[in-house]
Amino acid sequence: MENEAGALSRVAGLFSARGYNIESLTVAPTEDPSLSRMTLVTRGTEEIIEQITKQLNKLIDVVKLMDMTEGPHIEREMMLVKVQAEGERRNELKRLSDIFRGRIIDVTDENYTIELTGAGDKLDAFLQALDRGVIIEVVRSGVSGISRGGRSLKI
Amino acid sequence: MELTGAEIFVRSLEAEGVEILFGYPGGAVLHIYDALYTQDKIKHILVRHEQAATHAADGYARSCNKPGVVLVTSGPGATNAVTGIATAYMDSIPMVVFTGQVPTHLIGNDAFQEADNIGITRPCVKHNFLVKDVRDLAVTIKKAFYVATTGRPGPVVVDIPKDITADKAEFHYPEKVEMRSYNPVQIGHTGQIKRAVKLMQTARRPIFYTGGGVILGNASDSLTELAKIMNFPVTNTLMGLGAFPATDPQFVGMLGMHGTYEANMAMHHCDVLLAIGARFDDRVTGHIEKFCPNATIVHVDIDPASISKNVKVDVPIVGCVKNVLKAMLNEIKNNDVHSDAVALKDWWQQIDEWRSKDCLKFDRDSEAIKPQYVVESLYKLTGGDAFITSDVGQHQMWAAQFYKFDKPRRWINSGGLGTMGFGLPAAMGVQFAHPDATVACVTGEGSIQMCIQELSTCRQYSLPVKIINLNNGYLGMVRQWQEFFYQKRYAMSYMESLPDFVKLAESYGHVGMQITRPGDVEGALIEMLKLKDRLVFMDFITDNTENVYPMIPAGGGQNEMILV
Repeated sequence: MENEAGALSRVAGLFSARGYNIESLTVAPTEDPSLSRMTLVTRGTEEIIEQITKQLNKLIDVVKLMDMTEGPHIEREMMLVKVQAEGERRNELKRLSDIFRGRIIDVTDENYTIELTGAGDKLDAFLQALDRGVIIEVVRSGVSGISRGGRSLKI
Repeated sequence: MELTGAEIFVRSLEAEGVEILFGYPGGAVLHIYDALYTQDKIKHILVRHEQAATHAADGYARSCNKPGVVLVTSGPGATNAVTGIATAYMDSIPMVVFTGQVPTHLIGNDAFQEADNIGITRPCVKHNFLVKDVRDLAVTIKKAFYVATTGRPGPVVVDIPKDITADKAEFHYPEKVEMRSYNPVQIGHTGQIKRAVKLMQTARRPIFYTGGGVILGNASDSLTELAKIMNFPVTNTLMGLGAFPATDPQFVGMLGMHGTYEANMAMHHCDVLLAIGARFDDRVTGHIEKFCPNATIVHVDIDPASISKNVKVDVPIVGCVKNVLKAMLNEIKNNDVHSDAVALKDWWQQIDEWRSKDCLKFDRDSEAIKPQYVVESLYKLTGGDAFITSDVGQHQMWAAQFYKFDKPRRWINSGGLGTMGFGLPAAMGVQFAHPDATVACVTGEGSIQMCIQELSTCRQYSLPVKIINLNNGYLGMVRQWQEFFYQKRYAMSYMESLPDFVKLAESYGHVGMQITRPGDVEGALIEMLKLKDRLVFMDFITDNTENVYPMIPAGGGQNEMILV
């Protein structure tokens, strides 16, 4: 999209005005500072996805649009989890974090903050593996996506 | 030489060929008004309410195929304009609306007369721009006109903070602009056009269903030629009236909720549906599951998002309607394609049978004035050659049913948004575009009061608009629904305390007449038409129990009409 004030709200406004659902949305400027790249996750029948695609393409701030799910692609999401880590729980949490290839990036006497990257379902699985009571705070970045192989979204 | 933003604004409009600007001054746009004061190329029309400025610009645009241009101040000026912007958006009318904004350093401060114009108008514009630097002003104006008038047209808002109009910059108006993210498709896909022609060749029960896109795309001639060559029936949507001549025997009338029996039945039974510049609106389709059950559907539209939005189509063709129709004509002529004459003979016989129901009949011996009779008389006495604007409700449907439009851009109404109050200001815009033409606003006593203040504007500019007020003392369409679907509980649909419209018109310096007997209708209309240079307010007291027929009730299929 054009990296301009208001571009994001045009997309968000379109989804709310037409009753589509945004599951996650990430956006940041690209190496070309006049452009932003947005990864948006939504759900719907084939007809609804087709309509969403057309409506988004109609927005003048949308420069190019690609449905990632039309081909093989990679999805990644980053999550930060702050957990209670006291006594013997500390070792257990470290092991669990290692199993999920997480990293402990902040430590206090009482807490760990764990950084974890992966597809959404991996992050879900990690949260499920944690004892609910230990979770203090979770922050997820939303999904970023890129196509596998030579296919690319480039202007 | 450097110019102020206000001067750049005026020079840009001049360069764009703008002749007329509808507006209302206020604090944030005073620099611009000052710059307008010292020039005489652009005529500024002072309305009495910003909503009317947008409707007038809209009516102007619809009737003469040029973008309508509006200038209003910040805050309430802009919010008042929103209804007119949304009206233009729903009907894809090219319009550029300039809104004043508080100075950039005050934006977001809840300053006096501040509103988030970009945010408020975002869902009802094709695009909008906030100008943050005077050096961007000219190119932004160029982009605004480019976006508004190309592709599927629509309104564009340009929000200009006051300090930008005082800042100075070198003036250079670009010849053309390119936008990497905006490239409307022009030419239809050749393979798809061939497929469509093939379908036309073998169709046994075809019909053209054509909408406002044919008028906006100036494709009436091509449509008429194509329909004639193939001998197919044509139905127009409310927005498409005039796209195909209504007096042509191949015209089966308007379709949809208040369309003719023959048009809706032909739609329901067709085997090939050729949808041209129409968008399968719910007022056209009725119950979507029951829509054209046996049809193979071709859909030509400039907007890909209109295709397969409500109804899945078999042959989608994205492109400018005129180009696509011409390509179809070429394909037909080059390959000597003919329609199936034998099948069409049966089809026309069936259509004529439906026609014989005479679904638009009404009581001609009534002692009260029938509203249909007024419109019919207006049609007859103007030779079918007037520009007709309307408001929204029963009178709108009767105007659509009983005034036979043979030419495009003669029927000016708010189809998509259904905006009451549209008719009178739209008629002003039409009259400015066509000073010598007869412009009549067919309205009702409910709608006319929504922008009645414009009688004053009409006085100031001596606009000889003819107002045909079908006064039944009810919000008629609301009353009709209450009669049919709410066991005659007429909640709030009765219009009490009406003004004396004759005196009201006179108080603004116009002519007013009240007509109460059927026998006086024609004579009064003749008298009205003689008053060429005057606005005449014709208050017809009509039968207050009359309903619009046929009617497809909500949830009904096209073959399920309530008939008179």
